[in-house]
Amino acid sequence: MKKYLLLILLLPVSLSVFAETPEEKGLAIAVAADERDSGFVDQTSDMLMILRNRQGQESTRYIRNRVLEVDGDGDKFLSIFDKPADVKHTAMLTYSHGLEPDDQWLYLPALKRVKRINSRNKSGPFMGSEFAFEDLGSQEVEKYSYKYLRDEDCDDWQCYVIERYPEYEYSGYTRQVTWIDKAEHRPVKVEFYDRKNVLLKTLTYSGYQEYIGHYWRADEMFMQNHQTGKSTLLKWSNYKFKTSVAERDFNPNALPRLR
Amino acid sequence: MRKRHSCSLRTWLLIYFLTFQCILSVNHAADNVGTWSGNIAVQGRYFWESPQFDDQRDGDVSISFEPEFYKEWENGLRAVTFAPFGRLNSTDPERTHADIREAHYLHVEGDWEWRVGIAEVFWGVTESQHLVDIINQTDLVENIDTEDKLGQPMIETTWLQDWGAFQFYILPGFRERTFPGRKGRLRTGIVVDTDETEYESGAEEYRVDWSARLKMQFGPVDLGLSHFSGTSRDPVLRPNFEVDGSLRLIPFYKVIDRTGIDLQAIIGNWTWKLESIYQNNRGQNFTAAVGGFEYTFYGVMGSVADVGVLVEYNYDDRPENDINFIFQEDAAGIFQDDMFLGLRYVFNDAQSTEILAGAIYDLDYNSRSFRVELERRVSDSWKIESELQIFDNVNKDDPLRAFERDNYWQLDLAYYF
Repeated sequence: MKKYLLLILLLPVSLSVFAETPEEKGLAIAVAADERDSGFVDQTSDMLMILRNRQGQESTRYIRNRVLEVDGDGDKFLSIFDKPADVKHTAMLTYSHGLEPDDQWLYLPALKRVKRINSRNKSGPFMGSEFAFEDLGSQEVEKYSYKYLRDEDCDDWQCYVIERYPEYEYSGYTRQVTWIDKAEHRPVKVEFYDRKNVLLKTLTYSGYQEYIGHYWRADEMFMQNHQTGKSTLLKWSNYKFKTSVAERDFNPNALPRLR
Repeated sequence: MRKRHSCSLRTWLLIYFLTFQCILSVNHAADNVGTWSGNIAVQGRYFWESPQFDDQRDGDVSISFEPEFYKEWENGLRAVTFAPFGRLNSTDPERTHADIREAHYLHVEGDWEWRVGIAEVFWGVTESQHLVDIINQTDLVENIDTEDKLGQPMIETTWLQDWGAFQFYILPGFRERTFPGRKGRLRTGIVVDTDETEYESGAEEYRVDWSARLKMQFGPVDLGLSHFSGTSRDPVLRPNFEVDGSLRLIPFYKVIDRTGIDLQAIIGNWTWKLESIYQNNRGQNFTAAVGGFEYTFYGVMGSVADVGVLVEYNYDDRPENDINFIFQEDAAGIFQDDMFLGLRYVFNDAQSTEILAGAIYDLDYNSRSFRVELERRVSDSWKIESELQIFDNVNKDDPLRAFERDNYWQLDLAYYF
């Protein structure tokens, strides 16, 4: 993320010299949002995932997450599954890498096996949900190119509306339209357009809370798939920051002992 | 090479279990009470062809129970795990069995981790056979896929580093492979008598074996190097006439040194896999290998499903165990010159539905075997698993000949808690 510091330093200069294009403004807002949210060092949280199909049948997953911030690369993610019961003790470790495929390992408790998985396809569903891996992964600035569209009211807030285009070759989307609040650069809504440029999903964030006086996190994230009628609700709880999560746990060889 | 009854490992298990109970009670003062999880399952197997050998039955029904107790302290840096397993089977008394899969204490200190007690360890990357994996004995009566293992007493030391890990194992006590009894299907023509097991080691099942493993990751490549020195997990089956004149196969376990390598590299949609071993027993040595790839098609036909195509070649430089010389001691297993072709269909749905279909073609004997495995969650607590196994065109000289009429369909319904 350091390289964007340079961008930020240069931006006021460029603003004063040239008229800002929508692309420049979009990028500037994305960089500001990224800067606003960096420096959390590490983060832990619990996630309840409620999957609902078109008929309204629900199934739930319960996952504990840990994130380790990595300077100059994508963050490291660790997910430990508690529910459904048949995948209990499954652990997933991801080293995310921006535009390169992530490194990803899965510990399968039934076989006591740590399996390296081919994670080139980030557009696949996470645990059968409406969230793709790329929707949940770390949102590095370089993963997209940007275009500022307009300012717009979003509920009680004032938002920037920015269109972003995935730079990752194997993304499942042609573009995403994002609403970001002006005051704190919090994502409010994202519309996902599939490879045929048809509206696929809408993600809405709600119940924002501020943690350790700086980091805003939503209590709920709701993803509606417009093409299948299925939806997924993520309910987040137990957010903790800068808790000195054990770096040693972010090692594929440590996965078998994590619970 | 004395002959003896082999039930005395139970003494070992008892010692481990008592030690484990000790650790539990010492830590009883800690505030958390621990958690229970696991599954209970019913299973049916149907063999639709009439049996090849006397006394074999057409199928069986069984119930299995696999609970797990886990309790941790200091954010998981200290923990105990206890996981017994048991199966009650309707036809074959040898398949009615119980085991302690895990009963160990975990201690993490900086970069070092220790596990003491009974545990299970898996090594390897390939699909058609697990060549490098050696720490745990195969619980063969559970399934011929060799993926069910018996708990192994061990002291495991792990040194965790950014580049990977180094692990050292002290393995006191040997577990014998389980074999189907007279009434069971998927057995050798002559029944294996595990009460008369023989060992090359004078210490028999009390020999203390050791093993070491180096695991490294660089970018998309995972590399494992391992060495094992001790009693082989694969027995040689030797014929023996009982006092009543009946013929039995007696398992004989040699002392071996085995060096292994396992390698996996992910390049684009390709996952390349290799496992190879070099084994030595008193100057008699052999090399075996399995290698190939899995190519994944993502989001097939506009869906969210992934399809993997698997191709692996299996090689072993020993001659295959010819049926006419079934008792020759240095023969390969069934994978001496065999191609494996597989298809993995991952639906990526809410039920985590997955199908794995595979065919093994013996290039020497032209024998074929097919296997289809399916799994699907049917609710948040219930899961269905099913498998179909077919042996086809089995050559009369192929050791698979004993399974020629053992095509089967298996269905498991499990409740998870």
